[in-house]
Amino acid sequence: MSENYILEMQNITKEFPGVKALDHVNFKVKKGDIHSLVGENGAGKSTLMKVLSGVYPYGTYDGQILFNGKVSEFKDIKQSEELGIVIIHQELALSPYLSIAENIFLGNERQSKNIIKWRQTYQEAEKLLKRVGLTDSPETIVSEIGVGKQQLVEIAKALSKDVKLLILDEPTAALNENDSENLLNLLLELKKQGISSILISHKLNEVTQVSDSITILRDGQTIETLNTSETEISEDRIIKGMVGRELTSRFPDRNPKIGDIVFEVKNWNVYHPQQSDRKMIDNASLFVRKGEIVGIAGLMGAGRTELAMSIFGKSYGKKITGELWKDGQRVEFNTVSDAIQAGVVYATEDRKTYGLNLIDDVKHNITLANLKRITSRNVISKNKEITAADKSRKEFNIKTPSIDQLVGNLSGGNQQKVVLSKWIFTDPDVLILDEPTRGIDVGAKFEIYTQINKLAEQGLAVIVISSELPEVIGLSDRIYTMSEGKITQEVTKENATQETLMKYMTAKGMGENANNL
Amino acid sequence: MQTIYNLFRDNIRQYGMIIALVLITGLFWILTDGINFTPLNLTNLILQNGFILVLAVGMVLVIITGNIDLSVGSVVAVIGAIAGVLIINMGVPVWIAVILSLLAGALIGVWQGFWVAYVGVPSFIVTLGGMLIFRGLTLWLLDGKSLAPFPDSFQKISGGFIPNIGGGDIHLLTIGLAIILSLALVWIEFRKRSQQLQHQLDVLPLWVSLLKLAILISVINYFMYQLALNKGLPTVLVIVIGLIIIYTFIMNNTVMGRHVYATGGNRKAADLSGIKTKRVVFWVFVNNGLLAALAGLMFAARLNSATPAAGNMLELDAIAAVFIGGASMAGGVGTVIGAIVGGLVMGVMNNGMSLIGIGIDWQQTIKGFVLLAAVAFDVYTKNKR
Repeated sequence: MSENYILEMQNITKEFPGVKALDHVNFKVKKGDIHSLVGENGAGKSTLMKVLSGVYPYGTYDGQILFNGKVSEFKDIKQSEELGIVIIHQELALSPYLSIAENIFLGNERQSKNIIKWRQTYQEAEKLLKRVGLTDSPETIVSEIGVGKQQLVEIAKALSKDVKLLILDEPTAALNENDSENLLNLLLELKKQGISSILISHKLNEVTQVSDSITILRDGQTIETLNTSETEISEDRIIKGMVGRELTSRFPDRNPKIGDIVFEVKNWNVYHPQQSDRKMIDNASLFVRKGEIVGIAGLMGAGRTELAMSIFGKSYGKKITGELWKDGQRVEFNTVSDAIQAGVVYATEDRKTYGLNLIDDVKHNITLANLKRITSRNVISKNKEITAADKSRKEFNIKTPSIDQLVGNLSGGNQQKVVLSKWIFTDPDVLILDEPTRGIDVGAKFEIYTQINKLAEQGLAVIVISSELPEVIGLSDRIYTMSEGKITQEVTKENATQETLMKYMTAKGMGENANNL
Repeated sequence: MQTIYNLFRDNIRQYGMIIALVLITGLFWILTDGINFTPLNLTNLILQNGFILVLAVGMVLVIITGNIDLSVGSVVAVIGAIAGVLIINMGVPVWIAVILSLLAGALIGVWQGFWVAYVGVPSFIVTLGGMLIFRGLTLWLLDGKSLAPFPDSFQKISGGFIPNIGGGDIHLLTIGLAIILSLALVWIEFRKRSQQLQHQLDVLPLWVSLLKLAILISVINYFMYQLALNKGLPTVLVIVIGLIIIYTFIMNNTVMGRHVYATGGNRKAADLSGIKTKRVVFWVFVNNGLLAALAGLMFAARLNSATPAAGNMLELDAIAAVFIGGASMAGGVGTVIGAIVGGLVMGVMNNGMSLIGIGIDWQQTIKGFVLLAAVAFDVYTKNKR
């Protein structure tokens, strides 16, 4: 029976401390198929691919992997690559200052006795480039070609390893319309040459366009596998399978008291900081009222963080245009401190890299963004600092032996509470929270939700950015959906179902404009 | 007992350094038959190491921001040369020359700070360039020769002592200052205790506080008494103690200090907290230029000449002092007191090894091992946690 299948993953279960990331997942890929793997963020797609490629070695998961009908127990990536399983990650793994040819054969050099054979390297690279439709010289330095071409170089690299099964993780996330089209055509071309592919993508239009089969994961379980050869599968049909996550977190009750508009963003446009022709945010407009919690729902790469950070003192992007209005007045945030002073603050999604000084203690982290409040004539009052930090600790129930503890020693949930305390200490009117519960256990999530509700009750305008639909729906009074840099829809609480939101989150944001590029 | 244990665990690096200093001092006390504790030698120790301690204070700030300054040795030389040309060749009054020299140091800091903070050239490169540039300028200013001698009033910067009021065999003002310093320490410790009680924080047991004070005060008084038996408190020590107090206060109690730690600890997070990290790095370099200039003046005054080779390799002594004193290469960690203790460890070893007649070859080698051991210990304790 396994004749037809290049890959069979049977009853794969993978547990992390406290979480079951994969729960008896079954996943089969037919020879010569393009098989798409879809699901929300955190559904288990990446974990499944890491199990397959040997990043999580045999023994750390339960279940069985058959490759070409043979049981395979990979101890590392090298073993899976030897059999022809190659994974291309979302973040490209090319070395930017080496040439295309050097990158293609990196770790797999054409050599004899450790001396590189340059002529063979370039000749073979040229052939591979032809196969992926690239005309650039193999001597070109990788950083000089665009992301789209780099993606093709990655595929050429995979071909050099005699790939049988190509896995692409969100390959088109960073590409424009044209490059995406190219890439998908290349997949179809490779299919003709007998190479099977697994395509992980949020862009459902692409999925329906090229796939032979589609497997949907949700909460670490296989929901269903759809076959497109018999019947046409619509995007709505896929969405139906993706959503409907169980509400594992409860949400505290609340009676919103919503006031006037506090903060408004009009016609906001942002370009990529390095690739100056790439539009990251396209004409986004939104507003938030006093006491209101507004959700921004979008999948990874939709531009949510870019939108928030570009508003917050132009911390992201170039060529930013558009208007900001605070309390009915036009404002301009050129620096982060402008924004903080105006009462608009942003708590990052990546608290370890952008949010906290992990090697400093709790109290210093809490007061850092508003030292003025405990300072007279540039001298910090340590007593005021201790009192303030202690008050925050009680208010946000930060579980730490003392406020002198280093933040790096706290759990994720408690670190997040420190981040919240830090921004509340600046006495803001508008609080933008980016993935406030990422990597936090269920109990701590509920606490964070309670805090967010309490802040809204006190009259703050809160914007919650999240890719978890239950979270957005459970918290928000009103929801904006984002896709490909655009705000695609505004949905009221009453109309917000996971299905409608997912539909707008996967809608083609750039739509009409894309053709003009 | 728990709080004492915690206190020790949290400060193992600081206490470890002080313990090391005590052990090293004790070792040389035995090896030199107590010569290293004579009043004359203690005075010498301070005079020999004063400028390294000043450099270490400036350097620790730079290193906390995650940068490095390799140019301070050359800055010491060029400032000595500037002072020499102004005072000896041009006859400018000493006090004006001192102010101009300090300004020149700050200007050097502005130059290097600009490239590091605003252009974004790595500090290693900028200051490696500076090391060559300022050494070259020294050679040009001095025409390759030494300038000497300086007038007496200039030499006092490094060789002077505070006046002996009363004029007896024992230096009374020094004793008086020792008593004032002791009382101040008692007052600070008890004020801290009462504030901690007021805010219902953990307070050390009374006997621990008293023991700590007793040790500190007897060390200070013994030390000052020995100095009083010689010529009294050297001006250099007054400068160093003044800098320690000022910079410890800045780093612990002011917004500027907090911004320096935040910038080094996590620059991106500091940026997103509204801290102007470029400005912070810029001013830290300006400050380091100023302190290097002060060290340069002290060095020239001690040598009583401006020489082209002045301050060679001094930057490495200062950097070693800072790392022995517990700072982290990655930034965000380090204290002024730590840098001073690190500088003293180096100084006591230099002095002790010279006293027992170890040659310069082995002195260098042993110092190298001590630096490696201190930082390896640091890395080890961090990984264990």
